[in-house]
Amino acid sequence: MDFSYSNTEELFLQMIRSFAENEVKPLAAEVDEKEMFPEETVRKMAKLGLMGIPVPKQYGGAGGTVQMYIMAVEELSRVCATTGVVLSAHTSLCMSPILEHGTEEQKMKYLPKLASGEWLGAFGLTEPNAGTDAAMQQTTAVDAGDKWILNGTKIFITNAANANVFVVMAMTDKSKGVKGISAFIVERGFKGFSIGKKELKMGIRGSATCELIFENCEVPKENLLGQPGEGFKIAMKTLDGGRIGIASQALGIAQGAMDETVKYTKERKQFGKSIAQFQNTQFKMADLKTKVEAARLLVRSAAWKKDMGLPYSVDAAMAKLYAAETAMEVTTKAVQFHGGYGYTREYPVERMMRDAKITEIYEGTSEVQRMVIAGKLFK
Amino acid sequence: MNIIVCVKQVPDTTEIKIDPVKGTLIRDGVPSIMNPDDKGGLELALRMKETEGATVTVVSMGPPQADRMLREALAMGADRAILLSDRRFAGADTLATSYALAGCIRTLDYDLIIAGRQAIDGDTAQVAPEMAQHLDLPQVSYVIDAKKTDKGFIVKKENEDCVQTLEVEGKCVLTVLASAFKARYMTVAGIIDAYNREVEVWSADQIDVEESKLGLKGSPTKVHKSFPKSLKEPGEVFELSEEEAVELIVSRLKEKHII
Repeated sequence: MDFSYSNTEELFLQMIRSFAENEVKPLAAEVDEKEMFPEETVRKMAKLGLMGIPVPKQYGGAGGTVQMYIMAVEELSRVCATTGVVLSAHTSLCMSPILEHGTEEQKMKYLPKLASGEWLGAFGLTEPNAGTDAAMQQTTAVDAGDKWILNGTKIFITNAANANVFVVMAMTDKSKGVKGISAFIVERGFKGFSIGKKELKMGIRGSATCELIFENCEVPKENLLGQPGEGFKIAMKTLDGGRIGIASQALGIAQGAMDETVKYTKERKQFGKSIAQFQNTQFKMADLKTKVEAARLLVRSAAWKKDMGLPYSVDAAMAKLYAAETAMEVTTKAVQFHGGYGYTREYPVERMMRDAKITEIYEGTSEVQRMVIAGKLFK
Repeated sequence: MNIIVCVKQVPDTTEIKIDPVKGTLIRDGVPSIMNPDDKGGLELALRMKETEGATVTVVSMGPPQADRMLREALAMGADRAILLSDRRFAGADTLATSYALAGCIRTLDYDLIIAGRQAIDGDTAQVAPEMAQHLDLPQVSYVIDAKKTDKGFIVKKENEDCVQTLEVEGKCVLTVLASAFKARYMTVAGIIDAYNREVEVWSADQIDVEESKLGLKGSPTKVHKSFPKSLKEPGEVFELSEEEAVELIVSRLKEKHII
């Protein structure tokens, strides 16, 4: 068993860490404060090939591994969770389903523009009445001969305000329940499609989360993704992969908070010595460090299985569950170690704590992850 | 145009700590990096490749571990990488190093040689100028810009109080400052390719040299004493109104818990 990074991964880590530190970190506070989408950063990422890491070269990607992609999400999230989720939603939720379920024509049409970063991707599943119970889709798609007509509303869609391509679920045959849901590739400019209200969020504030509104939206016949009725299966499979991305985001946030806290507790002096010298600090930080490393192993193991073509659904659920809860714990304690300063916006840990919370909620709440894990356990 | 860039792998001196008892450098666990000025040199070469078309060859002398730095150069966009690695090169001072590098370069087809001004471990700034001497080439140091012309190169050189523009005819050696050329990042595709490409490892037999002038034997320099430079953080210059300046100073002092 080899837990070390390969030569290629080492080189990649050197690059992405330096990119995150020099290009992403300096903007993180402003991205949060002003709810600013990091457009310039995404352009720089596109230039380096970061927007298409696991996409094969023949579709314009870098031909890298899932492992490299999640390393990128971790390192970006370590300094800016917004930038991390932009990459994660784009890669896992939009490019992945097209790559895994698309026809050759769909792949050739959409992947090169997405992988090069010219276009940004998003994913539309959640509705006002279909959250954790995602099968309760009310958005409909009706076969109108040469096209599909979509009607309905999606909510909480990451990247929505900036995305050009959306993978969207809609009910094509209500009588079949879950098996009546189909997946579609929707372009921003399609007639009858618009972006609705933007949510005001607690964290990841630079990522514009919006509604998608379909009013007799016309989708060409050839934009059906997979077969009719396969939508729910595609959505669940997509979320399995997405969870590795969000687990990495959580891991990155946790690591970032660890970095900040180690630095701060070494500098901050109380009672005549640095607070890092107190055993309370040392023991708590030792526990947190252990949890972060455990999360990292779960994340890397899930990504490795996906790269190897092995089943990884439960692994992804465990990685996300554990990494998200670790991120919440680490960031909460990081704020505590920073004391009053930690509660102010002068230090990044308060932002990290706000950012961490969403990782326990989106792409399947921690409760959903437990359902997935237990479902397999008691099968 | 064929450009040769000389690069050196160095310990990241910003990460080096000093043994408080012995006063020596603790190198354990210190990452190795491409020397910053050399990286600047590679950036200049890659920019010239983009604007004027060129083949960029990176050359380094060092232990086998320098392979990784050369992969980095390939991932940034270099076309070819050569590592001079042979026990006979060991113990070389700047003279023996520049002699070996010149011996390698003599066997290559080139129009321009670029090197960093100096390495952050030795800080001598001697290797490139000595190499120019061995190869009998003109040299310009402290270069901040260079362009190819029909006859040679137009080069801007930074002096303490002014910038000089020089015209060089034919082949030449340029030494470059890292600060003038913000080096690009490796690309993802470049990184994935880097370990599928070849880093050529050359021995002393493959270059044009006399063996007696290599390594320790060819090194007249005797090191009397090594000591670390005292490190001081660089200052920052702000152009602000009085009010903003006060605010900045107060916030900085608070950051350090001085007030």
